[in-house]
Amino acid sequence: MTRLSAAFAKGRPALVTFVTGGDPTPADTAAILDALVEGGADVIELGMPFTDPMADGPAIQLANLRALGAGTKTADILAIAAAFRARHPEVPLVLMGYANPMTIRGADWFAAECAKAGVDGVICVDIPPEEDAELGPALRAAGVSLIRLATPTTDAARLPAVLEGSSGFLYYVSVAGITGMQQAAQASIEEAVARLKASSTIPVAVGFGVRTPDQAAAIARVADGVVVGSALVDLVAKHGQAAAGPVRELTAALSQAVHQSRQTLQEQTA
Amino acid sequence: MNDHAPNSFRNQPDERGHFGPFGGRYVAETLMPLILDLEREYTAAKADPAFKAEFDDLLEHYVGRPSPLYFAPRLTEELRKSAPAGNGAQIWFKRDELNHTGAHKINNCIGQILLAIRMGKTRIIAETGAGQHGVATATVCARFGLPCVVYMGATDVARQAPNVFRMKLLGAEVVPVTAGAATLKDAMNEALRDWVANVHDTFYIIGTAAGPHPYPELVRDFQSVIGREARAQMLARTGRLPDLLVAAIGGGSNAIGLFHPFLDDPSVKMLGVEAAGHGLDKEHAASLAGGRPGILHGNKTYLLQDEDGQITEGHSISAGLDYPGIGPEHAWLKEIGRVDYTSATDQEALEGFQLLCRTEGIIPALEPSHAIAAVAKVAPTLPEDAIILVNLCGRGDKDIFSVAEHLGVKL
Ligand SMILES: Cc1ncc(COP(=O)(O)O)c(C=O)c1O
Repeated sequence: MTRLSAAFAKGRPALVTFVTGGDPTPADTAAILDALVEGGADVIELGMPFTDPMADGPAIQLANLRALGAGTKTADILAIAAAFRARHPEVPLVLMGYANPMTIRGADWFAAECAKAGVDGVICVDIPPEEDAELGPALRAAGVSLIRLATPTTDAARLPAVLEGSSGFLYYVSVAGITGMQQAAQASIEEAVARLKASSTIPVAVGFGVRTPDQAAAIARVADGVVVGSALVDLVAKHGQAAAGPVRELTAALSQAVHQSRQTLQEQTA
Repeated sequence: MNDHAPNSFRNQPDERGHFGPFGGRYVAETLMPLILDLEREYTAAKADPAFKAEFDDLLEHYVGRPSPLYFAPRLTEELRKSAPAGNGAQIWFKRDELNHTGAHKINNCIGQILLAIRMGKTRIIAETGAGQHGVATATVCARFGLPCVVYMGATDVARQAPNVFRMKLLGAEVVPVTAGAATLKDAMNEALRDWVANVHDTFYIIGTAAGPHPYPELVRDFQSVIGREARAQMLARTGRLPDLLVAAIGGGSNAIGLFHPFLDDPSVKMLGVEAAGHGLDKEHAASLAGGRPGILHGNKTYLLQDEDGQITEGHSISAGLDYPGIGPEHAWLKEIGRVDYTSATDQEALEGFQLLCRTEGIIPALEPSHAIAAVAKVAPTLPEDAIILVNLCGRGDKDIFSVAEHLGVKL
């Protein structure tokens, strides 16, 4: 069992948390990642900053610019990941970002560096299944999961292509839009998750627009995992180098809500 | 796909939108189904005589095509003065600056809005740098009664005020983009963000021969009217093909529009001119000369970037050339050696601008002024009977304020 599959096999839904690496500076990221773990996050997504984050809303755009402004390099992200792996041997870590920084030195180089740093998976926003050759084969050869995104526009005909070659979990982007937007209607999420789970043998995590413990709990009742990003990134924006405390608090509230979401439901129905 | 011989230079891209190693469809999953729809619809439109008839009719009666092919006698003479005896090629212009709205951009906008209507889309978005593509998009939206949102970097909104006002007069909403350096690439990011959030009703009219497949192909096809007309006009006027084609390159749409119909004429050489800004060793926008292949805005192509793949800002006196990438077909044509690429600095472009004003009574846009600068260097090296055909892709009305400023003149 891989670290990623173990995170989804704890008999309860998983909390997946996202922060941008190097925000506000590369030296601050370790404490923020530790706060996520201490708060109860099951999977950590570490954003690789990019100058042109075209799938992100204002919060994560600014986080990217803060990180780059602080001089964050790809080498820093890999070092942050490697140090995290040393401190937390069991917690899965996933890199999320855009194609150009991931492929510029060659996909094989990137995949090997990920494996070396103990990175469990990679989410690349702008490499759809049609361009899998760009990164997918290298990751699979290096034993790093390629985690793909499914969206409200991914119809039944496309879904097998999205699942093909992917592993770890399927990330369902609940709104057709960018990060930090309003959450999708609960009913549409439930319908989509049911549809995805019918075709998928890997867990389904739902993200985009999830900010509060209540929202997270509602989604956790139907999905295998819930992803929270912009709300945590907002705390880093607000508290800067003192962000670890507030990040730990929000993560704790989110993880409690997610982990207990089904218990509450069972208690209610009992 | 195009219907040419297997050894043709004109049968790109392949069915996956690749031009050799370049091009492709590097977009978020949300957009992918829409990109596939667009490809399907474009393939159907190409085969539909009614689509072609409507496109041709609008180009003739609304845009004012065909644009003239013009022999420039005084510019030719002027450049012969510095040429060795017997040298100094004839210089001809394809006058796309006479199009409605003042540039080649409208050719593409007519084609794309017809596609949008065919697909039942009811809202149009676009990005713009200099504002020429924004004006052309706002124009076709007014003509067809569709709402139009144009994303424009805040820096460009400030330096291209007349075009901002034009777009507003035409009924478009102009959204200033403050992210990054607030120029063309940031405007394109913001347009892509709008698009993912509004895929159901919105059509994105991209302004150059770049972006995810099928955009580079369809923009090229719509702009190829330039080269098709020029080829027929040149044959009719001189009984022969030109020896050298020259065009300025931002994303590459006017250049590929001129070049593509000539690619299989082995005697015709081609020269694309990038913006060298303050110089290739300083700030510039010459992605082929100073960039490396990478992935941005849906395609793989040459990009200005650092060793980590972070995109660096371009610089050019011409807002229309101020983009850190280039269309993927040019990246391929460079790699296979079919087209040569050079560059011209801000200063050289300003000189080319003034040269054309004085010798021919034509005020060019700063973008084709880069092509004129390159011609001023090349023409004296070619014999007198050689023919150079330059794409005069835009007129300079929009640029007189910035040219005055650079020349130290207060208006
Ligand atoms: C007159 C003119 N020429 C050239 C360009 C550059 O674009 P392209 O390289 O796609 O022709 C622009 C862009 O705004 C323009 O306005």
